[in-house]
Amino acid sequence: MLLQVENLKTSFHTRNGIVRAVNGVSFSLEKGETLGIVGESGSGKSVTCYSLMRLIPQPPGKIEGGRALFDGIDLLNCSEKQLQSIRGKRISMIFQDPMTSLNPYMRIEDQLVEPLLIHEKLNRAEAVNRAAQALADVGVPDARRRLRSYPHEFSGGMRQRVMIAMALITRPELLIADEPTTALDVTVQAQILELVRRLQKEMGMAVIWITHDLGVVAEFCQRVVVMYAGRIVETAPTAALYRNPKHPYTRALQRSIPALQPKGAELFTIRGLPPDLSRDIRGCPFVPRCEFNQPQCENPVSLEPVGEQHCSACVRVQRKEIQL
Amino acid sequence: MPLAAEVPNLTPSDEIVPDKGTSLWLDAWHRLARNKLAVASAVFLFLLAIACFIGPMVVKNTYYAQNLELGPTPPSASHWLGTDKLGRDQFARLLIGGRVSLMVALCATFVSLTIGVFWGAIAGFVGGKLDGIMMRIVDILYSLPFTIFVILLMVFFRDLEAQFRWLDRFGIPFNLLLLFGAIGVVEWLTMARIVRGQVMSLRKQEFIEAAQALGLRRRRIIFRHMIPNILGPIIVYTTLTIPAVMLLEAFLSFLGLGVQPPMSSWGLLIKEGAEVMEEYPWLLLYPGAALAATLFALNFLGDGLRDALDVRASKD
Amino acid sequence: MPAPLLQLIDVKTHFPVERGLIFRRRIGTVRAVDGVSLTLNPGEIVGLVGESGCGKSTLGRTILQLVRPTEGSIILGGRNLAGLNGRDLRKTRADVQMIFQDPYASLNPRMTVFDVLAEALLTHRCIPKSELYSRVSELMAKVGLSPKALRKYPHEFSGGQRQRIAIARALAVEPKLIVADEPVSALDVSIQAQIINLLGKLSREMGLTLIFISHDLSVVKHISDRIAVMYLGRIVELGPATQVIERPLHPYTKSLVSAVPIPDPTRRRERIVLSGDPPSPLNPPGGCPFHPRCPWAIADCAKIVPQLEKFDSAQEAACIRMKELNGPAASS
Repeated sequence: MLLQVENLKTSFHTRNGIVRAVNGVSFSLEKGETLGIVGESGSGKSVTCYSLMRLIPQPPGKIEGGRALFDGIDLLNCSEKQLQSIRGKRISMIFQDPMTSLNPYMRIEDQLVEPLLIHEKLNRAEAVNRAAQALADVGVPDARRRLRSYPHEFSGGMRQRVMIAMALITRPELLIADEPTTALDVTVQAQILELVRRLQKEMGMAVIWITHDLGVVAEFCQRVVVMYAGRIVETAPTAALYRNPKHPYTRALQRSIPALQPKGAELFTIRGLPPDLSRDIRGCPFVPRCEFNQPQCENPVSLEPVGEQHCSACVRVQRKEIQL
Repeated sequence: MPLAAEVPNLTPSDEIVPDKGTSLWLDAWHRLARNKLAVASAVFLFLLAIACFIGPMVVKNTYYAQNLELGPTPPSASHWLGTDKLGRDQFARLLIGGRVSLMVALCATFVSLTIGVFWGAIAGFVGGKLDGIMMRIVDILYSLPFTIFVILLMVFFRDLEAQFRWLDRFGIPFNLLLLFGAIGVVEWLTMARIVRGQVMSLRKQEFIEAAQALGLRRRRIIFRHMIPNILGPIIVYTTLTIPAVMLLEAFLSFLGLGVQPPMSSWGLLIKEGAEVMEEYPWLLLYPGAALAATLFALNFLGDGLRDALDVRASKD
Repeated sequence: MPAPLLQLIDVKTHFPVERGLIFRRRIGTVRAVDGVSLTLNPGEIVGLVGESGCGKSTLGRTILQLVRPTEGSIILGGRNLAGLNGRDLRKTRADVQMIFQDPYASLNPRMTVFDVLAEALLTHRCIPKSELYSRVSELMAKVGLSPKALRKYPHEFSGGQRQRIAIARALAVEPKLIVADEPVSALDVSIQAQIINLLGKLSREMGLTLIFISHDLSVVKHISDRIAVMYLGRIVELGPATQVIERPLHPYTKSLVSAVPIPDPTRRRERIVLSGDPPSPLNPPGGCPFHPRCPWAIADCAKIVPQLEKFDSAQEAACIRMKELNGPAASS
């Protein structure tokens, strides 16, 4: 077991009250595994991963509780020093907007060698060699010369590659990717997915891929976590989840994307809006929008096994009252 | 029908008052009202304005009546803030000085606001070559040391005073008018830049494109869609211009270029007080405190308005 | 065959790139739209797909005359919009309306929904005050919003609801054509479905003619009758929606279709991963614009500028190797 997250809770203290962005999330990840975290905006998928890296701005954010064991070390409660030795070295992160993680005033070279100088105590010449190699690995042509460039001299796709090179240069055991292809064109997205898949095979690292795109998950991930309103509503191996979803929300999402529906057919729509997370939600958060809801759904519910490696947080599925 | 069911979900208060929306203005107003410092400042400024405009008519002493035998006296029951070297009542002089200072502030700000908004909006909306030329003029004016520019204007136009004697009949001394104009003319530059920037970024907004696509007239686009959306920054900058203008007036009066005795302004009072501050410190203390308090209040109000009108804050 | 509603004839929209403060000199030209011809029939939905920078949004804005074309004609109901100016242009504006991508930027934050819709209703017509309220309510109902929310401001609505308001505004002037520029890209999956359904319903019920611009192939395929694929300012393939997606002719379309991830782990397809990034429209390559990235390019591709050619009765593509790569046309 590489990473084990237990009962993670993160909230934001805003003017309009306490927003419970992540509310009791537990999942685990094996070495070399690829896990997809799917959800719509506000589902808490990004906050979950930012919390693991303790990158939540505090205040207004606050990690209220839980544990996240990475190789025996609790990321949420370890010392700042211990965290530094893990973050950026054994766990790396890539973001949706590469410009936020690349310093526009520094040459790519300086940004790439920095972690090597800090974490691996290499000398400058060795570090530059590794940097050039890393850049070549992610498919940047003419790597040695491009090292001297600034971030704005790259196109969007190339910038994302540079960021991946930066994240992977320390050969991390875990890569957390927060929607890194959402802002890119599909042909470039295909290149990036191919690239990460190849590097993952070569380096044997585990990947957490955060996305709202069910297509990317289907192609790329072995296991999926579906989040809604700060909680996990379903988790399963990818094939099982797509073939046989065990939560009304997952099923509804599937039925609402045009790619899986006959052309021109009326798409399924989820009524209403996601709940206001600053209000206390006792039972299942999907109740007001669910087509199968019953009074019993207002009671607290937990994520329970409903099949092989397949967990759902729907009471009615757990009791086998409904088939989706 | 599931779609209509969405609407009552919007906010918790929806069930109670379904038909009323809160405009961004109202929202800003609520936020301003919660800012105690800004509200206190606004109240203070309001009371001060009333006192300065009505006060001189009500108090029994006049600002010009001299009493050379009395001379300078510290605050007393008959002269609340004491008297100056010529035995004039300091309280009355402070009030009339406040009137002049506030009038300079308002009129000069109005002049700068008008020129600045007009200039900036045209440059930003028309764009292209005209924009280039108009903004280069602003740049050139910016690079002149503006105090010297005002002084030159004042000295140059003072020669024309004889032709404007008739103005005195309306109780407006010519050189007060000159002061309004001169300060206003140099204070509009920043306003023009701000407005231009706002108009330019607004012009690319999709709701402006949508208004164009509807076939609305240019006039309507500017007045209905653009101006209301840049009013926020304009108001905020205006509240910050007023103290700058007041300081400039105080400075010019201090140099002897502004208001002439027996008429008074806070700047002039401070100047007179400063000359005798070791012997008669109250002559410096009260006008100094009045000016400082007013400037503080204007800045607090400006800060409060900026926070209240910040759209980003209202969208979380 | 009914008379076409809209005819684009060799439309070009170029933007000068200029340097200098007062004395500007031209240092280049961005060929955002570079010779597009397209015919739309009444009641048809045409999807316009392509990657960022391919000129699809500029083409949409050119049709609306928000950007004036450099060359070519845009003929709507017998009038060439590109030739109109001033008053005449303003009068015909109502014939084409746009739905924008960002529902947060496309509504004036200082106006209530009622004001927004009433303004649109009153722009080209006189409606007595007494009728105005019911007309606005009617519009709201048409896009699935409760008239209860009339007095609310845009910031009090969710993204999907704002997009409905924007659609209502477009419908208010009873346009002949609506250009929807990425209308669902900024929305969550579940909300996307609502808007797609709404547009589909409106087009069926009101016979709306729609140009649907999107980078999302599955959405475009779902809603459109025909699809036009753009690359570097030109249409490289045009045909019935299903056919273009299921049997793409142009190498660019092939790679585009193959790059879209399928949300079904049991279905896999051969992927053509392109090398390199799309070239800049400031400096397009000679010959076929796609040839530097095309896996099937031959020497001739760098010399000959391919024109749209019919492959069968409905589908056409601009590739000199079209017949060769796709086998003989299925005769129909």
